[in-house]
Amino acid sequence: MIEPFVRHTGAVAALPRADVDTDQIIPKQFLQRVERTGFGPALFYDWRFRPDGSVNPAFELNRPEAQGATILVAGANFGCGSSREHAVWALSEYGFRAILAPSFADIFYANCCQNGVLPVRLSPEEIAELLRRHAAAGGAYRLSIDLAEQRVEDGAGFAARFIVEPYRREMLLHGLDEIGRTLLVEERIAAYERGTRNVERGTDGRTSVPRSEFRVPRLGEGW
Amino acid sequence: MTSRTLFDKLWDAHVVSRFPEGPALLYVDLHLVHEVTSPQAFAGLRQAGRRVRRPELTVATVDHNVPTGDRALPIEDPLAARQLDALAVNAREFGVDLFDLQSPNQGIVHVIGPEQGLTQPGMIIVCGDSHTSTHGAFGALALGIGTSDVEHVLATQCLVWSKPRTMEARITGALRPGVTAKDLILALIGRIGTAGATGHVIEYTGDAIHALSMEERMTVCNMSIEAGARAGMIAPDETTFAYLAGRPRAPTGAAWARAVEAWRQLATDPGAAYDACVTLDAWAVAPQVTWGTNPGMVTDVTGAVPDPADFPTDDERRAVSRALEYMGLAPGTRLAGLPIDRVFLGSCTNARIEDLRAAARVVRGRRVASGVRAMVVPGSQQVRAQAEREGLDRVFRDAGFEWRNAGCSMCLGMNPDILRAGERCASTSNRNFEGRQGRGGRTHLMSPPMAAAAAVAGGIVDVRQWEPVAS
Ligand code: SF4
Repeated sequence: MIEPFVRHTGAVAALPRADVDTDQIIPKQFLQRVERTGFGPALFYDWRFRPDGSVNPAFELNRPEAQGATILVAGANFGCGSSREHAVWALSEYGFRAILAPSFADIFYANCCQNGVLPVRLSPEEIAELLRRHAAAGGAYRLSIDLAEQRVEDGAGFAARFIVEPYRREMLLHGLDEIGRTLLVEERIAAYERGTRNVERGTDGRTSVPRSEFRVPRLGEGW
Repeated sequence: MTSRTLFDKLWDAHVVSRFPEGPALLYVDLHLVHEVTSPQAFAGLRQAGRRVRRPELTVATVDHNVPTGDRALPIEDPLAARQLDALAVNAREFGVDLFDLQSPNQGIVHVIGPEQGLTQPGMIIVCGDSHTSTHGAFGALALGIGTSDVEHVLATQCLVWSKPRTMEARITGALRPGVTAKDLILALIGRIGTAGATGHVIEYTGDAIHALSMEERMTVCNMSIEAGARAGMIAPDETTFAYLAGRPRAPTGAAWARAVEAWRQLATDPGAAYDACVTLDAWAVAPQVTWGTNPGMVTDVTGAVPDPADFPTDDERRAVSRALEYMGLAPGTRLAGLPIDRVFLGSCTNARIEDLRAAARVVRGRRVASGVRAMVVPGSQQVRAQAEREGLDRVFRDAGFEWRNAGCSMCLGMNPDILRAGERCASTSNRNFEGRQGRGGRTHLMSPPMAAAAAVAGGIVDVRQWEPVAS
């Protein structure tokens, strides 16, 4: 069951780097677990810890003021690379409820929504402004995020709107189980499999490939 | 009738239902599963008392975490063994076909799908792996998904997806000798950037694309994700059909004729519109080598490491400085001549039989430079067997390469095949991220012939200047 996301206020940590890939978020040596838990301690492992295992004090998340942060502000194309959902599990278990960035990689964005971690796209200027305010406050900076209103603000003059597509918003707001939701239209899936689906066709009202040729391949049995 | 793109046709043909808020429920024709991103999904099913809706459309293999050494030995790493066991148990319990370590068909999921003829034009194909884009080479709509979506597909055989935008990547002209499909896609990523196609599905079109073999097309589509595109596709043509004919899971007889007839209809209609378009002249592409820590940080082999100061924005200057520091490279260093320690010929990008043949042509009659450790990891056990039938293993072994069993190996370094800190590697894989091939390891992506030449020379060289040794 995912935790619903309606409103959240929390401390901000900044990671002003572009193209943070999921290999960095959770390095491969931690992907051997068969559970969904246990990834938080390995978040950003190669950046948080030196090769000898000691804490790297220079890394942004290790600064004293970043402790307890629940909102991460990062650079463009966050979460690029591998599809590993372990990256989101690690962020979530570490304590992050929301990630703010100018852009996200597509698979990572979807994975966030599946786990109640809110990905917030703001303009590059807005992110730059947040990073400025975070730095000016010496890292002691908080934000409030309201998903229902699609609004983020710091209570000190910064406010921005963002958009999460309605389907994803509903899921996040109510912590919905997507499989359960899909199974509500199970009849349509069954109809599609029988080749008698009764749904809208393409914009031109037809499909040019005869459906009987196309549907429900039975692998290994020929067509 | 409106003109439609290949993507539009596949999308329309797979819509099961539309959610009022926007996304569609799409039917999945083939679901590929591997050991690393599936255990939590199967556990979820079990917890909810659900079954796999279409086990016969679901195929599993082990690749990411498998040892590539002697298969007769027990697996040393208990965690890896546990993950492999979990998949075996799940496959048995849920009735899914599994190519396990003992199977002669085991291999990297994106190599075995096409090899077995599982991958076919017109399908929607998903896998919990971002390089699922590979299968788009057959005119399938193939994309990587996270583990929650894996569970969703297992339970419903459907995927929820909001319609992405389309991008045409039109590649004109033809590749020059010594230049490969890998160079083509690296050059394209260098041009549009690693987020250049985010939110889009790419269709590769143009003469240069249709002149490619299926294996080369797979290399191109494979790296679509490195440009940010979740999927890349190429309309099926005679090359596609010829590759598929006679594959174990491909249609046969009258069904084959009907299938080909249907597949011919998939090509983008004349006049159909894409949301975005980029063009690239294949003639202008030289062998590519990455110098940084993402695949967009790439240049011609004749080029040099850039200077952070030459980049327009603060963010870029910072990113480039960081990358150069990690890579241990000074601005202005020429790429040709850069010494390397390791060579990795492998991965779902470039470990198919043609890749091994191309690399073997460079290596034949030569020796790996002293001090360089080089390995060949075939993409599948079938590729390995084929290469052995052709004597390629001897070419590599005689030159001093390690000849290994199939798996992802040092592409992501989940098993003992990893770089040590500071080691510089010429790699045919797809990601040069920090630490990807081992913490502190420095990866230079390039084509198989380029990596093979680097192994022999002990450093990066322009393969176009190499003559084969007469055998
Ligand atoms: S070879 Fe590399 S990129 Fe391909 S599936 Fe394996 S780990 Fe992923």
